[in-house]
Amino acid sequence: MIESYIPILLIIGIAVIFGVVSINLSWLLGPQRPYREKHSTYESGVDPVSTAHYRFSVKYYMVALSFIVFDIEVVFMYPWAVQFRELGWTGFVVMSVFIVVLAVGFIYELKKGALQWD
Amino acid sequence: MMEQLLTDSLNTAPITGMVILSLIVVMINALKKEPLATEYWVSLVGIVINIGLAVWVFPERGTAFSGSVMTGGYASVTAIIFLTAAALTIMLARVYIDKIGANFGEFFHLILFVTTGMMSFAAGLDLLVTFVGLELMSIPLYVLAGITRRNLKATEAALKYFLLGAFSTGFFVYGIGLIYGMTGTTKILDIAQNINAYSSEPLFMVGAGLMLVGFAFKVGAVPFHMWVPDVYEGSPTMVSAFMSTGVKAAAFSALLLVFTATFDFMHSSINTVVAVLSVASMVIGNIVALSQKNFKRMLAYSSIAHAGYMLIGITAGGGVSIAGVLFYLVAYMLTNLGAFGIASFIENSDQTGTDIDDFRGLYQRHPALAVILGVFMFSLIGLPPFAGFFGKYYIFVAAIENGYTWLTIVGVITSMISVYYYLRVVVVMFFQPEGEQVQTARFGREGAFALAVAAAGVLLIGVFPSVVLDWVSALF
Repeated sequence: MIESYIPILLIIGIAVIFGVVSINLSWLLGPQRPYREKHSTYESGVDPVSTAHYRFSVKYYMVALSFIVFDIEVVFMYPWAVQFRELGWTGFVVMSVFIVVLAVGFIYELKKGALQWD
Repeated sequence: MMEQLLTDSLNTAPITGMVILSLIVVMINALKKEPLATEYWVSLVGIVINIGLAVWVFPERGTAFSGSVMTGGYASVTAIIFLTAAALTIMLARVYIDKIGANFGEFFHLILFVTTGMMSFAAGLDLLVTFVGLELMSIPLYVLAGITRRNLKATEAALKYFLLGAFSTGFFVYGIGLIYGMTGTTKILDIAQNINAYSSEPLFMVGAGLMLVGFAFKVGAVPFHMWVPDVYEGSPTMVSAFMSTGVKAAAFSALLLVFTATFDFMHSSINTVVAVLSVASMVIGNIVALSQKNFKRMLAYSSIAHAGYMLIGITAGGGVSIAGVLFYLVAYMLTNLGAFGIASFIENSDQTGTDIDDFRGLYQRHPALAVILGVFMFSLIGLPPFAGFFGKYYIFVAAIENGYTWLTIVGVITSMISVYYYLRVVVVMFFQPEGEQVQTARFGREGAFALAVAAAGVLLIGVFPSVVLDWVSALF
């Protein structure tokens, strides 16, 4: 019973090794010219340490919202892509409906200027 | 497979049609600059077409999409109720949203989204469909509640509604999760087949109870009613109107479908819980309404009380009470939309002026409006020959037939209490002199038409209740 979990253990091991090695390799091999902004958490964003009542620009929320929508879209599309042959035309039609609904939302977002930074 | 998909989409035509209509209105709103007129007419015509589709699929009783959506019969009747509420709301709100500065095309497609959600909520035979419908109904409503985004009260109402609504959804999903855990399925019909085996499982009953909490939040039953007065008072009046009629109707229709019609919890202990909720709602709703000074807040407490009356029907169970509750929903929808509509006509542009004192002398200034509002108040009391009377009558009859005479007695006594605050509005309108700052009502031709439809409906189904009763009584 317990043996069947060995592959999972292997994957965990490989994942840890891959993470540690790749981060450290880029640190070892890459050129480094550090300065204060570069060391802060969000190099191009807000200061991570400040008062709790700091006011964010509402644009961040717009970007985050759009990100979530399209992220979820991909989550739905992966299983469909894996089962593409089995689902056939029915799956294609259903997925097309999903994409059309999403596209309408995206056009609305674009036209209302939600993605214009200025 | 492909043919099946097509047949299923056709059999659920009202829902499919509403999805398409909502998307069309979103596109119109996105692609053109000037607001209002096009969205208004497309929404209205689309809703009327969808009412036609709902009537057309009425004979197609059965299920679609592998037993997860109900078609025809009950689904059609509830869809017609929601679509009518949406159409009346849009017509009554045409001038109103202009007045309060919420003249965005978004108003229309959000209403359409809410209606789509309500229809899937009330037709869902898979708890997941029910849940998605619930969310599709609730999320646009949070936005609608705060659509006048510079108005502090509306913003507060929107935030309060969002937080408590999200909280109650949590209960609902937790309940679905537990039921799935105990039964291994989310299909209501499959669960209903083995309901006797499941109902002895404590975790299943906990799940059903949590779902009931979610429903009770949405219908605004005591003790889950705390958001109702604040949200109804703060939101733009026509949004409150839609919430108190459409959303309540949707929550009750789904509650009927999940609990009474399929779970058949006649023999289970949840029945007692619903009876307690019902009594608490009737007593607290009616007594607190006595001391309200604001018309919308008074109607909010009155809507809590009416949720209590309808819960009597849910407690009683059986075909007669399902018909009774559906009849009540129709009567309440027409009456309350009209009452909120008149309040929205005389409201100031900064969303004030809805105190009961602001109705002083309405009879001198707008006799027709005063008479119609009087009709609505009498219908809310439940006096014949108005629709509200038969709503209460059928529910009380069903309760007595099923041995809940004591619930009926509580219902009648609390109805007597309610006479005081409904009649106060009538007294203020007819017998008190005009105040200094009486508003001239603004409603336009569409508003007048919708109001006439609501008033005529209240009278018609009050005099000929069989018009509606024939539709709703043969559903199960």
